[in-house]
Parts: sequence; structure tokens; C-alpha cells
Amino acid sequence: MNAPVNSKKLIKGATGDWEIVLGLEIHAQVNSQAKLFSGASTEFGGDPNSHVSLVDAAMPGMLPVINEECVRQAIRTGLGLNAQVNLRSTFDRKNYFYPDLPQGYQISQFKSPIVGEGEVIVDVSDNETITVRIERLHLEQDAGKSIHDLHPTLSFVDLNRSGVALMEIVSKPDMRSSEEAKAFVTKLRTILRYLGTCDGDMEKGNLRADVNVSVRRPGEELGTRCEIKNVNSIRFIGQAIEYEARRQIGILEDGGSIDQETRLFDPGKGETRSMRSKEEAHDYRYFPDPDLLPLEFDQAYVDDLAQHLPELPDAKKTRFIADYALTAYDAGVLVAERSSADFFEDVAKGRDGKTAANWVINELFGRLNKKGEDIAASPMSAAQLGEIVDLIGEGVISGKIAKDLFEIVYNEGGDPRQIVETRGMKQVTDTGAIEAAIDAIIASNPEKVEQAKAKPTLLGWFVGQVMKSTGGKANPQAVNELLKAKLGIE
Amino acid sequence: MSVDEKTVRRIAHLARIAVTDEEVPHLQGELNAILSFVEQLNEVDVDGIEPMTSVTPMTMRKRQDGVTDGYCVDKILLNAPAAEDNFFLVPKVVE
Repeated sequence: MNAPVNSKKLIKGATGDWEIVLGLEIHAQVNSQAKLFSGASTEFGGDPNSHVSLVDAAMPGMLPVINEECVRQAIRTGLGLNAQVNLRSTFDRKNYFYPDLPQGYQISQFKSPIVGEGEVIVDVSDNETITVRIERLHLEQDAGKSIHDLHPTLSFVDLNRSGVALMEIVSKPDMRSSEEAKAFVTKLRTILRYLGTCDGDMEKGNLRADVNVSVRRPGEELGTRCEIKNVNSIRFIGQAIEYEARRQIGILEDGGSIDQETRLFDPGKGETRSMRSKEEAHDYRYFPDPDLLPLEFDQAYVDDLAQHLPELPDAKKTRFIADYALTAYDAGVLVAERSSADFFEDVAKGRDGKTAANWVINELFGRLNKKGEDIAASPMSAAQLGEIVDLIGEGVISGKIAKDLFEIVYNEGGDPRQIVETRGMKQVTDTGAIEAAIDAIIASNPEKVEQAKAKPTLLGWFVGQVMKSTGGKANPQAVNELLKAKLGIE
Repeated sequence: MSVDEKTVRRIAHLARIAVTDEEVPHLQGELNAILSFVEQLNEVDVDGIEPMTSVTPMTMRKRQDGVTDGYCVDKILLNAPAAEDNFFLVPKVVE
């Protein structure tokens, strides 16, 4: 717990340095057709109360029956988090009253969760990696949705989400800055998406975080924490932490003390505010759910799921570095999304990995990012981009022409090799043609030729002129060599 | 273990049960009677015995993942005191 204090992470207060301590609870909606304990659909955006069974509406006498797919997905997620999977777990009732919770309790796993301790390796920056320990993962029901702005005195309740399976993933308080917390959520989201156990769509609320924030003097005991509920974007997680940490430091430096409480982040104002005044609201009176037997499965089932897990981001990154000679940074960018990694591999297969990575990251991602699009929206296939890389490798086109070719294929589509043929984009390696161009430029610029003898950097100007007169198609290396010889520059 | 009047009121409040002042002493007596019975049970030594979850040894039945239910909004809203556009309507609850 008392890991060495990283002085770079400390916040300067008026009376000295402070350390932020952060723990997260992530609620991730399980990818499944039907709900955790009923056969109603989990699909987003149905008509109000259409994806609701009598079980979800908590009608008297209705009994929950667990969805085996949700169990399977929770186990797979546990395996992906390098966590202990518990062959026996139990369900408890968490009691509280709210109109979007028709049962009056949430079925959750309090005492014995399905998944125990694990860990996630998080790259915070190019050269900083931290390990965030996972405390537990448990299955629980989501609540319905209340809408408060449709009527002056009434709230509207839609139970479509009520009973959808959630995985609550609880971290240990292992993060020390908003950057670390954001990197952790990003990494966790990537792992979930690789596993296909949660789509990670934060806009739809399918992944949301409760952030526990406290501050302390470096090396001292943990301070009192506040919990910021339901933050639904990675950027907001960062903003909420920054605001909350400074709020707490302000109070402590003025001689006050922190009240343990639940707070809400207001993205419009960029601040957190107190949500529940009475601590009594936290008295959930958990007890074992008498409607549900213990959840049990055998080790063979877990082993089988483990065997069929996809390659996860950490392993893929290591492999990319080893097999394609990529930098850790490039490999990290490529594995952040499974679809990006797959696209890259299709381009890189049988080609130079570094060149492929450059074109995928700098050109293709660069173009897509400008429009806020991801790889799925790419108008260019991996085969097309691969062919461009081939044409460069074969010396058919120069790197500069390749960029023009990329533009054409990106905007108009078509077979790159054919485009090079029909539009005459082939690189001129024929020294005769290049020499002719050079001679013409030398003949019409005698004064520059004189200057270049004293000032060799002028070579660049000549190279530019030759490239211009050949429409960029001259092989730059050949131009350089021929020019040096003709101008007498070493 | 026994409960005082304050605890009785608190439990009632958590359960959203309206309790009048006259009812409190009576409920306190009932709750304490239950608790003293539980205390009797506590005298039994159950060290090392797994809590029993079912009278017959059985494992929990699991359901296959598939949409087999829902799309019955009329039934869902049948008993709702107030509804509009297929939503339940409740007194405004905003924290």
C-alpha cells in the first residue's frame, strides 16, 4: 500500500505537497442477448418498458434464473484480468429504495464474488508503466432509467435497462494521478473489447466509473475518501479527479476535515458536488438472496474458457515488437483496438513491419482521426495499403509519390498498381532522363551553380528543381548522386 | 442483543414503513422477542459447518442466452398508479 512516493505525481498545496490516492469501480455491461436473470432483451434504445419481463418489473412471485452466458463472460473477463476465478460464488440482495429499482433491492455479489484478485498492466506514458491490482469482479443487475425533465412534478421511469447484467470491477487504491486513472480505464476498456465481454461504449453508459478520491501527505496513512459516482467518459474522469483532489486539499489546508460522502460530477461546470446528505442512505442491509442457489462450475470449464481466450493486448504488443521490429510506442498505438491491430497485421504480413506501421499510423490513422473516425470507417482496405507499401518497396514509386497515391486511393478507391500505371506515377530511375533534367536546370541557372560551389547546402534547391521538372517521379537518391557529381559537391 | 426505540424507527424508515409513536414500543417488544430466539439458536455450535442453502443437494439451474420474454408493456404497466407514453410516472425524485 505504501509504495514509494513518486515526487513527480505530487500536487503542490499552499502548505506543502499532497499525494492523491485513487481507486476505481468500473461498471461494465456484459455483452449478452438477454438479461442476467430474465429472458428480456438487453438491446439499447427500445421503446419504453418494452424490454421488460415480469421478472424485471419485480412482479410478486417472479423468480430469477441466471443467464449462463453472463457467467461465462464474467469468467472470461476474470481470466483476462489475470485474476482468480472462484468456482463457487453467491448472490446477495443490496437493499435500497429508488423508483428505477422495482425490486427494492439489487441482486449483487457482496460476500463471495465470482472473480477475486487480479492485476492490469497500464502504460501511463511512453516510459512509465504501472500495475493496478484488481480487488474483485462481481456480477450484478443494472437499474432502470429515470428521466426528470419531462414534467415539472413527475419523473418518468423506463425499466428497459433494469436487470441487464453488469460486471463491477473494483481496483485497489493503486493510482496516484488523474493520468494514471485515465490510462487504467483506457486499458481496462481495451481488454474488455478484446475479450468481447463488454463493448465499452461509454456514450451509451455501457461502461461507467465510480472514482474514489482521497489525498494525504506523502507517506502518511490514507485520508478520508469521497466517491464520485457514474462518471461516463475518460476525459470527465480526469477532470473530476483534478477538481475533487484540489477541493479536498483546500479544505484540509484551511484546517477542515473531509466528510466521507458520495458526490456527482457536473461536466458543464467541471466540478463535483455532494449527492446524498444522509449517510443512512448507505445502509444497504445485504443478505443472501434466498431465490438463488450458489453459483458453481468446475475448473475444467474455466480451463476451457482460458484456452479459447483471444490474444490480449499485452501479448499482442510484445509480439508486434518482436515480430515486426516496432517501437513500443507504435505497437501500443496499434494494439489499442483489436480491429486496428488486425488491420495492421494484414498490411504488414510478408512486408516490412516498420514501413507498414508508419503508413497505418501516420497516414491512415492520421486521416481518420481528423474526422474522428475509427478503422472501421476506413475507405481503404488493408490489401490496398499493402500494395502501396509493396510499390514503395519495389522502387516503383518514391515515398513522395506514394503519398499522392495514398490520397487517390483513399478518396477514389481503385487498385494502386493500376493507378500508378495509368496515371504515369512510376518513379524515373532511368539516369538518362534524370541527367537531361539536371542538365537543363544547370544550363538555365549558371549563377546558382557558381554559388553552390561555395555553399553546398544549395544542393537542396537543385534537388527540388529536378523533382519539380520530373513531376516528383525522379528517384531522389539518383538525383542526389547525379547532382553532386555534376556540381562537383562532395 | 436487543433494539432500542431509535433503532426500531430507523429500521422502519429504511423499509419505508410508516410507524406511529404508539406502535413503537409494541414493535420493539416483538423485535426483541425474535432476537432473543435467534440468540437461543446461536447457542448451537456450528463451527466448520457450511451454511445450508437448500434442503436437497442441487445445483443452480442456468438459462441459455436468448430473448424469450419482454414486449408486454401493457402487462408491465397494468398496476401502475400513473403511466404515460409507456413510462411509469412517479413523484419527482431528483437528488
